[in-house]
Amino acid sequence: MDAQLKRGLLDVCVLAAIKDGDSYGYKIIKDMKPYIDMSESTLYTILKRLELSNMLTVYTSEHGGRLRKYYHITKAGLGRIEDFKDEWREVMAIYQFVSQGGKRK
Amino acid sequence: MTKREFLDSLEQGLSGMPKNEIAGRLAFYSEMIDDYMEEGFTEEEAVAKIGSVEQVVSEVIADIPFTKLLKEKFKAKGEIKGWEIVLIVLGFPIWFSLLVGTFAIVVSLYAALWSIVVSLWACFGAFVGAAVGGTLGGILFACTGNPIAGFSIFGGGIVCAGLAIFAFYGCKAVTQGVLWFTKNAAVAIKKCFVKKEKI
Repeated sequence: MDAQLKRGLLDVCVLAAIKDGDSYGYKIIKDMKPYIDMSESTLYTILKRLELSNMLTVYTSEHGGRLRKYYHITKAGLGRIEDFKDEWREVMAIYQFVSQGGKRK
Repeated sequence: MTKREFLDSLEQGLSGMPKNEIAGRLAFYSEMIDDYMEEGFTEEEAVAKIGSVEQVVSEVIADIPFTKLLKEKFKAKGEIKGWEIVLIVLGFPIWFSLLVGTFAIVVSLYAALWSIVVSLWACFGAFVGAAVGGTLGGILFACTGNPIAGFSIFGGGIVCAGLAIFAFYGCKAVTQGVLWFTKNAAVAIKKCFVKKEKI
C-alpha cells in the first residue's frame, strides 16, 4: 500500500480507537488488532503526531500503583474522523468507476 | 531479557537522539511491558512481545526525519569556538569540495544502480519486441513463399518470448532488491548519526 495512504489510514484508526472513551497504548493496539497490526514504535510515532496536530490530548493517571498515559480525542480529532468518512465516500465512488473498467452504470 | 535490561539496551541504542524523544519512548515501552504483564504474561514474554532491541531501534530511526537527527548531532557538540570558526572559514575550499565530491559520488552510484534496473527492463522490452516481430514476421515470410526463412524467424520469435518471460521475473526481482537496498541504506545512514561509540 502507498506509504502516504497507509499513514493517513493509521492516524484515523488510532483516533477511532479513542473516539468512544479515553484509552492507553496497550489497549489501543489490542482494540485495533482484529483490523490492523501495528507495532508499538509505530503507535508511539502516530500518537506523537496526533498530539502535535492537536487531534488528541494526553494526561497521566495512576493505575495499580504506577502511572499510565491516557489519550483523549479533541474536537479536531473528531472532525478528522468525519472528514475521513466524507473523503472515503468519494474514494469508494472512484473505486466503483475504476472496477467497472471506467464505464458508467 | 528482563524489562530493565531491555530498556537499558534500548537507551544505549537510541543515544544520540533527542533526549526528550528517548525519555518519551522509554516511558512508553515501559508502560507497554507493564500492561502486558498485567494481562498475565511473564516479564520475559512481555519484553519479547515488544520485539528485539535492534528491531525497535531500526523502527524508531526509520520514523525520525533525517534533518532532526542531523540537528541533534550538531547540537550535542555544544557551541562552536572562535578558532573552530576560523578553521571552518579557512578550510572552506577543502571541506566544501570534499563534501560536493562525496555527494556527487553517492548520487552517481545511486544513478548507476538504477541505470542497471532501467537497462534490464530495456532488455526485457527488446525480447518482447523481438518475440512479437519474430513470430509475426516469420508467419509473413512463410506465407509469402519462403517457408525455411519464415520458420527460422518464427522459431527465433518463440525463443525471444521464452527469454522475455524469464527476463520479466529477473527484472522484477532486481527492482525489488534495489528498492529494499535503498530503504535499508537510508536506515543505515541514519544509524550512523544515532549510535555513539561504546565507552
